[in-house]
Amino acid sequence: MHFLTVSGPPSSGKTSVILRVIEALQAKQKKIGVVKYDCLMTEDDLSYAKKGVLVKKGLSGSQCPDHYFVSNIEACVSWGVENDCDFLISESAGLCNRCSPHIKDITAVCVIDNLSGINTPRKIGPMLKSADIVVITKGDIVSQAEREVFASRVKQVNPGAVIMNINGITGQGAFELTSLFEEASDIETLKGMRLRFSMPSALCSYCLGETRIGDEYQTGNVRKMES
Amino acid sequence: MHYQDLVLQPLKQLLADYPWLEDFFGSFGLQLQATEQTLQQYLDRLDPDHLLDLGISQEQLQQSLHDFMAGMLALDEAAEKVESLTIIGGFDKTGSAEQLELTLKPGEVICIVGPTGSGKSRLLADIEWVAQGDTPTKRKILINGGVPDNKWRFSTEHKLVAQLSQNMNFVMDLTAEEFVRMHAESRLVPDPEEKVARILEQANQLAGEQFKPDTPVTSLSGGQSRALMIADMAILSKSPIVLIDEIENAGIDRKKALELLVKQEKIILMATHDPILALMGDKRLVIKNGGIAKIIASSDAERKNLSRLEELDNTLLALRNRIRFGETLEEL
Ligand SMILES: Nc1ncnc2c1ncn2[C@@H]1O[C@H](COP(=O)(O)OP(=O)(O)OP(=O)(O)O)[C@@H](O)[C@H]1O
Ligand SMILES: Nc1nc2c(ncn2[C@@H]2O[C@H](COP(=O)(O)OP(=O)(O)O)[C@@H](O)[C@H]2O)c(=O)[nH]1
Ligand SMILES: [Mg+2]
Ligand SMILES: [Mg+2]
Ligand SMILES: [Zn+2]
Ligand SMILES: [Zn+2]
Repeated sequence: MHFLTVSGPPSSGKTSVILRVIEALQAKQKKIGVVKYDCLMTEDDLSYAKKGVLVKKGLSGSQCPDHYFVSNIEACVSWGVENDCDFLISESAGLCNRCSPHIKDITAVCVIDNLSGINTPRKIGPMLKSADIVVITKGDIVSQAEREVFASRVKQVNPGAVIMNINGITGQGAFELTSLFEEASDIETLKGMRLRFSMPSALCSYCLGETRIGDEYQTGNVRKMES
Repeated sequence: MHYQDLVLQPLKQLLADYPWLEDFFGSFGLQLQATEQTLQQYLDRLDPDHLLDLGISQEQLQQSLHDFMAGMLALDEAAEKVESLTIIGGFDKTGSAEQLELTLKPGEVICIVGPTGSGKSRLLADIEWVAQGDTPTKRKILINGGVPDNKWRFSTEHKLVAQLSQNMNFVMDLTAEEFVRMHAESRLVPDPEEKVARILEQANQLAGEQFKPDTPVTSLSGGQSRALMIADMAILSKSPIVLIDEIENAGIDRKKALELLVKQEKIILMATHDPILALMGDKRLVIKNGGIAKIIASSDAERKNLSRLEELDNTLLALRNRIRFGETLEEL
């Protein structure tokens, strides 16, 4: 089963791009499963279900969604294998710029959009900087010079990646992206694999539910701004 | 120079020779100082905890640096020259074979015409992807008569194709001059300031109405943005093939724009229904049902009509200007 992790900032076009790829894969009679991870709510699972693919969703609630992802993804991969999927795609919203769901030896895709501002590529952590494929969406809204400037900013922080411009609405470029999905990592299990980058959680008192403000309530791994 | 040799040079020297290194490290939140220590020493002394905070590992930083330098050094190399582009027919939407082999040369302008949904954009996309029978049309694209290196597909340094899109909007909060400078810098062209000045000058020659270098790009008119993007492409882009998907023609001197691009010895493919642009082309590919159904070479009779069309166009333009300046059209 081909397995890919797709992540990116909220509303960058992850679902749209995955849907366009699904259409291209379905035209080739491929069976597809999608796992959607989000924090508070998502309706993406309905969009996927409408395409007739297998869907699973997980809401992390009070946890960092990427931590939640890594605690559950092995079981999801087994689920995809048991259901004879040819492709399993995970979509996770990159809500925490420090964490990233990307796994060593598993094809990692980051979706980012042209409207997010030229400094955004610098601000996103390993989710972008360690991805194998970077998809840039919403090129239809800007001029080609702006697309080039944005792509060069992405290239600067992830020079090894394949960078592609895809229109999440019309699907322009999705066919070409699909050919990269077909070359993606092919696995039966995630056993023994590792994340590309560690995801430390500070584990301070607030992580554990503290709501009161003040030094006396701060225990564990606490960091202070330089004064 | 190779990566292995570069990292052994003192930072002072490196920053003088390759000023983009500073920005590269800056994009990871690291600051390079022009000291006597070598780049390798600098890398080795980076605090792992600090890197962890920045969200990057030592190993990955070095890999990225390696890939980035390879890309930047490649920008200096001369791109392989494209002498010809060949389209080998595939199949239309009904599955009938296109049965054609069409070779295009630099300086040629090819127009692509056909009803909406017929496959004009798909043809342009096949060329951009350097299709090898792996797109819905099953077309094959050859460069200089052969199957080109796969690197054309993903290269950002030596892009085969530059695409002038329908949309000319900007979202960046920059002036026209700052914007073009940023674009020029991202392409590492020699003497960016001279290029920036030329682009702004050319754009003003193409645009119906003049704009100043300090005009924010977001307040350029449609015609001014198109003029700026065409001048930008003609002067900055090294891509040997230019694709134009339905450029709107209001507010810009189409003839001058096309001439500017043709002068750069590029192969130009343009989806258009504008009769003037269509007649300025050397050939027209008529797309029907997803396939190239016909190739029309612009005839002499058509060329003769071109001047009449231009007169008509100028007449309309003059009327448009009269409206613009508050005159009435009771008498034409
Ligand atoms: N030979 C073909 N075989 C299969 N599908 C095709 C073929 N040619 C085009 N298509 C598909 O037909 C659809 C419409 O094509 P396209 O978008 O290129 O049309 P267009 O001429 O650019 O239309 P418009 O004038 O509206 O921009 C696309 O989904 C495209 O992939
Ligand atoms: N104009 C334009 N809009 C897009 C594009 N891709 C996605 N969108 C829109 O952006 C919004 C967010 O997309 P979605 O796929 O839900 O983003 P996600 O949160 O990353 O999954 C939706 O309204 C999409 O229709 C694109 O390429 N161009
Ligand atoms: Mg989504
Ligand atoms: Mg089109
Ligand atoms: Zn996190
Ligand atoms: Zn905490």
